[in-house]
Amino acid sequence: MALSLALLFSVMGLMNFAYGELIMVGGYTMFILRDAPFLALVIVTIVIVTIVSVLMERLAFRPLRDASPITLLVASFAVSYGLQQLAYMTVGPLPKGVRPFDFLADNFQVGSVTISVLTVITFAVTVLLLIGTTLLLNRTMLGIQLRASTEDFDMARLVGVRANSVIIAAFAITGILAGFVALCYVSRNGSVSPTMGTGPLLVAFVGGVIGGLGSLWGATIGGFLLGATVTALQASLPVDLSSYTQLFAFSAVIALLVLRPSGLFARRAVREA
Amino acid sequence: MLTLTDVWVHYGRVAAVQGLDLRVEEGQFVGLVGNNGAGKSTTMRAITGTLRPSSGQITFEGTRIDGRAPDKILRHGVSLVPENRRIFKRLSVAENLQIGTSGRKDRAEARQDIQEMLERFPVLERYYDTPGANLSGGEQQQLAIARALLSRPRLLLLDEPTLGLAPLLVDQVFELLQKLHEEGSTILLVEQNAARTVKIADRVYIMRAGGRIEFEGTGDELAARGGLETAYMGF
Repeated sequence: MALSLALLFSVMGLMNFAYGELIMVGGYTMFILRDAPFLALVIVTIVIVTIVSVLMERLAFRPLRDASPITLLVASFAVSYGLQQLAYMTVGPLPKGVRPFDFLADNFQVGSVTISVLTVITFAVTVLLLIGTTLLLNRTMLGIQLRASTEDFDMARLVGVRANSVIIAAFAITGILAGFVALCYVSRNGSVSPTMGTGPLLVAFVGGVIGGLGSLWGATIGGFLLGATVTALQASLPVDLSSYTQLFAFSAVIALLVLRPSGLFARRAVREA
Repeated sequence: MLTLTDVWVHYGRVAAVQGLDLRVEEGQFVGLVGNNGAGKSTTMRAITGTLRPSSGQITFEGTRIDGRAPDKILRHGVSLVPENRRIFKRLSVAENLQIGTSGRKDRAEARQDIQEMLERFPVLERYYDTPGANLSGGEQQQLAIARALLSRPRLLLLDEPTLGLAPLLVDQVFELLQKLHEEGSTILLVEQNAARTVKIADRVYIMRAGGRIEFEGTGDELAARGGLETAYMGF
């Protein structure tokens, strides 16, 4: 998620706070298809979320292509609230249960540790997505164009990169990633609600800021660091302090940003000409 | 080949270019010189589509290109080596060259052209997998020119390619431009180094503040009217 936010932020100066609603759309798609076969549910959820992500660009952000980052930010809040309200009006405010597939709920033992299939699959999917995104960004012309666009969008256009293609590709990639996030997140939590995307979005946003939203890898690592820190605190804090996990984690984030306001991995040119 | 007719460009209410007429014929080397802030780079931005003229026409090979997107103008055959080089510093030299072929569909020939660029600019082969940021100013300029040439432009625009370079490197850049011209490239060069530009160019335009053309003609015609100093003072 942090990678997705960084990608859109770098390419078009958009901090897309409506990204959480893509996860919500994915969640409700899973709710509607809850009785469908597993593979069909996975494919349709990813396709629907990707289509909504691309539509978001075409309908909401393309008309504002040359607008200031503040205007884009306000527009992303508008899209976010609009989609949430649409969910309130159509499926209602109450959370809906999505029962995970039985095989995902299975556990197995490794020594004295009990591990769920869902945890293994979530980990494997995350690793595969990272490898896939890395290969896409480094080994394909589209990836090179995306990385060039994140560095200097105007110059990228001057060397022949089509603005519409690269931005739609960025939204499609972030849509595919959001689809996978929705699948893992809903399978883990077992319910969907209109505001379900807000929590993960906040973690991704803060993770991205920690790593540096101007750097794709920095944002990704920042997201992982924050997630790992929260999980480690939850596991290691005494019971009476564990409810303050987020407080400790975000206090550390504030301290970090005081020391490195541009993020941990803000880039500096190795040697300026 | 390239014709600007009564082109006006505004930044807000300020007119940066006022009624500019400019022509570049096929095979010509045209220089556009003038002081800092005269409107030269604004003219380049209007030609390449990153600024929309407020009025006037820009045509390239008979097609109107003013107001078109930069990538479309590149596909028409106009390529820019921008001011301050603007290579992609996080991308490797190889990737900077690859992205220069974005406007082309002939992938096999594009790869061949990249090989030829590496032969023409051996320093780029040496730093092939190195991030652009690690190159010196002169090396970055070679990369920026190679990147622009890889789109196989019919018109090459260069915006202050010698800016910030050491004198020896300035000589190298002018020698390269001379060579490209001799090989048949059509070039529009924007420069503050007016004396060097007048020497190398077939025709030269001298621009004064506000984007007004003070002189247009050959180096000999300029000399006949008193040379550069007189032109800069106003004839």
